[in-house]
Formats: sequence, C-alpha cells, structure tokens
Amino acid sequence: MSERKFKQVGTRPIRHDGLEKVTGRANFGADYSLPGMLQGAVLRSPHAHAKIVSIDTSPALEVEGVKAVISGRDFPIPTREGDRQQYGDVPDLANNVIARDKVLYHGHAVAAVAATTIEAAQRGAEKIRVEYEVLPPVLDIESAIAPDAAILHDDLVCQGPAPVPSSPTNVARRTLLSGGDIEQGFADSDVVVEREFTTPMVHQGYIEPHATVVETLENGNVTIWCCTQGPFAVRGLTASVTGIELSKIKVIPSEIGGGFGGKTTIYLEPLAVELSRRSGRPVKLVMSREEVFRATGPTSAGRVRVKMGARKDGRLVAAEVVMYYEAGAFPGSPVGAGCMCALSAYCFDHFVIDGYDVVTTKPRVAAYRAPGAPIAAFGVEQVVDEVAERLGLDPIELRLLNAVQENDVAPYGPKYQAIGFRETLEEARKHPNYSATLGPNQGRGVASGFWFNAGLQSSASVHMNEDGTAIVTTGNPDIGGSRAAQAIMVAEELGIGAEQVVPLVGDTESAGYTDLTGGSRTAYATGMAIIEASQDIVRQLRERAAKIWGVELDGVAWEDGRAVPSNGAASDVEPLNLAEIAAQMGATGGPIVAQAAVSPPMAGPGFATHLCDVEVDQETGKVTVLRYTTVQDAGKAVHPSYVEGQMQGGAAQGIGWALNEEYIFDENGVVENPGFLDYRMPVASDLPMIDTVIVEVANPLHPYGVRGVGETPIVPPLACVANAVAAATGKRFTDLPISPPRVLAAIDGD
Amino acid sequence: MARMHVETTINGESAEFLCQPGESLLDALRNELNLTGTKEGCNTGDCGACSVMLDGRLVPSCMVLAPEVEGRSVGTIEGVAQGDELHPLQQKFLEHAALQCGICTPGFIVAAKALLEKNPDPTEEEARYWLAGNLCRCTGYDKIIRAVLDTAAEMNGTNGAATNGAAG
Repeated sequence: MSERKFKQVGTRPIRHDGLEKVTGRANFGADYSLPGMLQGAVLRSPHAHAKIVSIDTSPALEVEGVKAVISGRDFPIPTREGDRQQYGDVPDLANNVIARDKVLYHGHAVAAVAATTIEAAQRGAEKIRVEYEVLPPVLDIESAIAPDAAILHDDLVCQGPAPVPSSPTNVARRTLLSGGDIEQGFADSDVVVEREFTTPMVHQGYIEPHATVVETLENGNVTIWCCTQGPFAVRGLTASVTGIELSKIKVIPSEIGGGFGGKTTIYLEPLAVELSRRSGRPVKLVMSREEVFRATGPTSAGRVRVKMGARKDGRLVAAEVVMYYEAGAFPGSPVGAGCMCALSAYCFDHFVIDGYDVVTTKPRVAAYRAPGAPIAAFGVEQVVDEVAERLGLDPIELRLLNAVQENDVAPYGPKYQAIGFRETLEEARKHPNYSATLGPNQGRGVASGFWFNAGLQSSASVHMNEDGTAIVTTGNPDIGGSRAAQAIMVAEELGIGAEQVVPLVGDTESAGYTDLTGGSRTAYATGMAIIEASQDIVRQLRERAAKIWGVELDGVAWEDGRAVPSNGAASDVEPLNLAEIAAQMGATGGPIVAQAAVSPPMAGPGFATHLCDVEVDQETGKVTVLRYTTVQDAGKAVHPSYVEGQMQGGAAQGIGWALNEEYIFDENGVVENPGFLDYRMPVASDLPMIDTVIVEVANPLHPYGVRGVGETPIVPPLACVANAVAAATGKRFTDLPISPPRVLAAIDGD
Repeated sequence: MARMHVETTINGESAEFLCQPGESLLDALRNELNLTGTKEGCNTGDCGACSVMLDGRLVPSCMVLAPEVEGRSVGTIEGVAQGDELHPLQQKFLEHAALQCGICTPGFIVAAKALLEKNPDPTEEEARYWLAGNLCRCTGYDKIIRAVLDTAAEMNGTNGAATNGAAG
C-alpha cells in the first residue's frame, strides 16, 4: 500500500460525545423514562439445577400496583428455525432469557412482574409460587465430564471429531487442530516442559448494569431502548425469542456504560416486551449489580494443559495444548477461539490443540474481550517463559527466535499477511522498563498475545450540510471513543477538521444494518465503510465543481478540502472550498449524500507484548504491580489516545484477572461474592501508570492500515503477571487468581 | 406508605421532592428530580458512580437516605460546570481522553473535585488513594490520574507543560 501522508488520522481531537459525558447529560440505559411507565422485577431461581414442576403466577396479580406477570410458558416454544448463525443458538438463548422447564443456574430468570412501583413489582415477584424438583448441581469440569455426572441437557449431542461421547453428555463440542507429528516433535526436543493451569470464572465487570425500557403500540410495533453493543443483534434476538416480526421492532441504543463483550446478547428485553404487551404500558427493567453477577454472562473457567518442546538453540519444536472451558448453563464457551489463539504467535512444526466445551450449572458465559484467548495464553506464555528459563535464554530473545511473521501459517489455517509481532518484541526489549533495576522480592515478567480480530458486516452513511460540515451515521454504539475515530476518517477524506464532522450512532431504523461494536471491528470494518462513503462524497463534490466550472470530472482534483482545477482544465478559476460547493448544492444537483457497505471476511490480526514488574510482600503474600508496559501493533492508530486507552484498560482488566478476580461458588452453586466489595476489581491505588508503545505495521486489508486494537491487550497480562511473580518468588503459579493466600502458601512451602 | 416531603438545596438552588422513607438519595436524585447524571453502578457503596457532595463531604448517594438531606446541601455533577464554563477537571478529562464509556465519569469528576478542594496539590499516590472508591473498568486509571494531576497543576499555576515550554 502507498505511504499515505495523513492530516487527521493520528491526531487527538476531543471526542464529540465528551461534553455530554463529563457533565452528566449523556443518557445511559437506566436514564430513560416514559410517561405511564411501569417498573419490572425478575424472579430468579434459588437453585443451581432443578426441574420446574409448576409455576403459579396468579398471586402476584393480587398485589396492589401489579399490572402484568409472565413466566417462561408465556413465550413461544423456541425452535431452531429462528437461528441466526451469527447470534448463536436461539433455543438456548430463549431458555436462558427465561427458564421454561428447567433452571440451570442460581439466578436463572423464571418469571417477571411489572407494577406501578419497583417495590410493588418486587412484592409481586415474591408472591409467585414455583415448585421445583431439585437436581444435583454440576460445578466444575471434573464432575461435569465424570461418567456418573448429572446431565444438564437430555438432548445434548457432542459435536466434533471422534472420539467424543455418543450418549447424553455435558461435553458440547470438541475442537481439534493439529499439524506435523507431535510424538516425533517431542522426541526431537532437547527440553520439554509440561504443566496444567486453571483459571476461574470471571466477569467483564462493566460499571453499568443492564437496563431497558420497552414501549409497545396498539399496532404491535415495539420500541426498545437499551444499553447494548449491537442494536441489530438485540432486534434479531428479541424477534426470535418473542415471535414478533423483526420489522415491528425498533431498537434505540443508549450510551453504553461498558460491555467488553457482555452486552452482545440479550437478557431483559424479551421480558420487558412481553410485560409491556400484556400491560399496555411502557416497562422498564434494570438489573441490580447482584443480578449482573448472578445472571449475566461471565467468561469461562478453564483448565489448560500445555506440553512444549524446544531445541537447545531456542527453536520451539512441538506443542500440545488440551483445554477444557466451562460454558456455564448452555453450550458455547469460547474454547474454539482459545484453540485458534493458543499457538498462533509462534512457529511449531508439530502441534496438537484439543479443546472441549463443557456445560455446568453456572451462568451462561458471554463474550469477554478476546474471548478464550487469555485463558489459553495464561498457560502457553508461562510455558514459553519456562522453556526460556530452562535454556538460559532471555524470554524476549526466545520469542523473537520463534515469532510468526508474514507468510507463516497460523494453526487454524490462514497465512499471515504483514503483521507486527516481531516489532512489538523489539520495542519491548528497547523499552527502559525492560532494563530498570529490580530490588529484593521483585521480579519481571514478559508475555505476548495474539487475537485474530473480526470483520463482519458494516454500513455507514455520510451527508453534507449546507455550510460544508458533514454528518456520519453508523449503527455502532460508541463504547470507547469510536465516534471520534469515525469523524477523523471522514475529515481525512474530505480534507476538513474532525470537529467539522458530526458522528452519530443511529438506531435500527435510521442506520443501515451493522454488526455489533465488538470483535475489535468498529474502526476497522465500519471504518472501511465510512472511508468508502466519504470518498463517494468527494467524488460528488468534484462533480459539483466540474458543473460550476463547466469542465469534465477529470478536470477537478480534490486537495485539502478544496476543488482545484487539474489536467489543464479551467486553469483560470479559483479553487472552491467545501463550504462554497455545499452552499450551492441545491442549484448543482441537490443534496450530497453517500452510503457504503462492507463485509470483510477477514481482519488483520493483532499482536502485543507486555512487560510487568511486581513486588511480592513476604509477610502477606500480596503482589504489587510496580511497572506495566504494553506494546501493541495497531496497524494505524486513528486516534492514538483511545488506542492507548484500549491498551491500558485491557491490561488493567487482565491484571485484575491475574491477581484478584474470581467467582466463588458454594457447594450448591450459589455465587458467594456477587458484588464489587467481594468481587475485587482493580481500583486506582492497585495500579501504576500503564506505559504504552503503539507499533504501526499497516494492515494490508484496510485503506489506512488499521487493525482492531480493543481485545489483544487482555491476552498477555494473566501470564505476564504470573511470569513476574515466578521471577520474584521462584515459584510457578498455575492457578488464578494469584491471591495473597496462594502466594503465602507457596512462599511458606519453602 | 405515605411519601415524605423533603426540602433541601441542590447545586445551590432550593429544591423539594417527595420520597419513600427508605428511598436512597441516589434514587431521589434520579427518579424524583430527574438528575440522572448521578449513576448507579452497584447500590452498595462500592463503585463511586453515584458520588455526590453532602454539606461539602464526598458521599456515595446510594448509601444516604433521601430524607436525610432535609435542610442540607447536595452537590451533583450537574452543578460542576458554571454556566457555559466547564470546570477545569471536566476540560482536562476531555483533553486527556480520561473516559471511554463514560458511565463512571460523573462520579470521578465529583470525587476528584472534592480531592482538589481538600488537597490542591496531591501526589499521584494521594490521588490514587482518594479515587480508590471510584471504579473504572475501561481506562486502567492512567489517563484519569493524569487528568486530575494536570488539573491541579493548572489550577495552581504550575502547569507542567507550560513550565517546560517557558523553560525551553
């Protein structure tokens, strides 16, 4: 691709939605209200695993103020006809939104009530009588795959290559990737390291609980306001679960208070729709923090066994990775993505990656930032570290010896185009933090990470105002500054300032179909559509200038936001700036508008290398992060501040996952820490500044070279922190979190 | 249950509202007074998204009963900007890209303003500990802390960038 000189891309304008967000004006999910609106409450299962024998909702209706009550049996029986592959399995989704015959985790929704006040709705929910036949909970991988395990789904048939169980099972799918001859590979190795790792279930931890307001009209039309990463996904999924025609549902996305993958599915919307239909009133449903922890999708607990062989010269030869990921109540853990990512950063001639998707009576997992990859990297990157240690090699040197580069083939198939993995390693090695002096009980860790990034479908429309400013509309909720990046891209093409572009988040009736804000795809894929539409605008602006000057289109060039004569045509005229052309739109052909749609089958993958320094308190076992450095290939950073923000935020989430965060279940499958006091996410005093280095190796698939940046940053930190703690203590920590009691036990074991 | 009548001062103006005796100040602000800039993240006093000032003291409004503000003075995010002029913290949050999703931002700005009123020249460590009651899941806090420290420097006339520029 050409070495384009950018004027707007790479600058740091103030985000367009910033003013509303620093003044409290921005409306998030729970901030919407409508006249006559009812408040809803959800009755949730007190058991982790039980059959629903009967539900009597009628007592709820006797509570003053209660206007509607529903249970799972008020929804159509879900069928697979409604499946939309990109959204997952509709029957499972429907059964997760509200249980019909069986509850599969503590907190599973079984009924919902709408009333004039929240208190009345809660009183109504308490009056509902549910008779359960309690079944044994299935709370970990070992008991789920045991021969005598209680089976969650009688009709679950394991998918994937043999050998897989043929009778009813809790193993939903096996994923197998292999190449070379693994036994020969280990035989050819001078050093073989093998370890098993576990990671607990953790939550995305977005600060805004799920919320929705639904209004239904007499003609059956439904309007849904909600906080979501994907308004079109909410529309499609809600249509499938409720049986309402898709075209009768309009979804208006609010501002979104974090998602990290957790707001890519639906929980409350069908319940609010049905309550609104029955009551004839708008209905609002807002989750409590406790409900968010108990009943929305965290990410999988995992068990990962890694065996890796290398030659004395540091060349990695063979790797075998066996992974079991808990999906929670329904199939669909990210173990497949974990398999794709596990060994994709290094060249192995011989490899086996074997992944199992296992259901347990815990909340159904949802996407969480680079789903599946951090769990795999926690194991693989620690074993890589240990191989380096055994060979007496610097951990960055070992990675450089084996790092994938252009034309290498990933274990899951694709051949890499231009990638910047080696560059991240080189930059990390050069960084002052890699040579900073360490004190007693301190240690330094290195880890790298890979994420493949998504393309999917996007559209965008751009239209000109009469004063020469532009408006760009997409269907992607702005979860972390994407409006600013979108305005920059329009400004770059038009040759104006980013502040002269108004970026809008449309609803499902004002924006063209666009897949969700997720998969690190918005700046990449939606950006492609925006650039294409903007280039169409420029062509139209040239046409208008050509008309004004009475020349052919090729007699007009577009430079710095102005039409200028070219090819010797109309050399006597003054250039026309954008405002001058826009002011004459009506006389030269009418409004100037453009739209574009893209569906890139691939995206350029993202690579990162992180450095972490820790100090371990020998008396308490507490691990303090002293320095943290993230180096990442962004392809091209459109708004570098928000790229850095993604790198820092992903690192912080990963540090939390490494050191503190975990779902703690009791023996009945009840989450014991469903709040921010006991589910301990990092706070400001837990962290140092997080240094960032953006590497830019242009992605050949994008006109500016952009790569997705949002997810890769959470892949390395789990292992990076663990490697640092290993360096500080001489002990390998194979189970997360690396909490003070675990550290203390390891130290005291000396 | 009969609702209670509460007279109070909010952002310097007298205000009154009706509420349930057990209603939180957070719910009263949001639902009775339509001041939805104050956010709910947990309702247990652990996240700081609902931070407000009560008689000059920083509190999580979910942990205050609405009737308790009778005769007292409440400051919310809606009162931080003066007219059409942003508070320096608000401007610095924008300049430093110290927000991503923005749900925690009102609470952070209210809490940081309280910090600078009490300690106009905090160290990084003091800022981190003061703001430890406010959760942000997006930023990793780096840009938030930088925005707060830069605001303090500017308000004290010791702005680092300006000083460097003059020296250079």
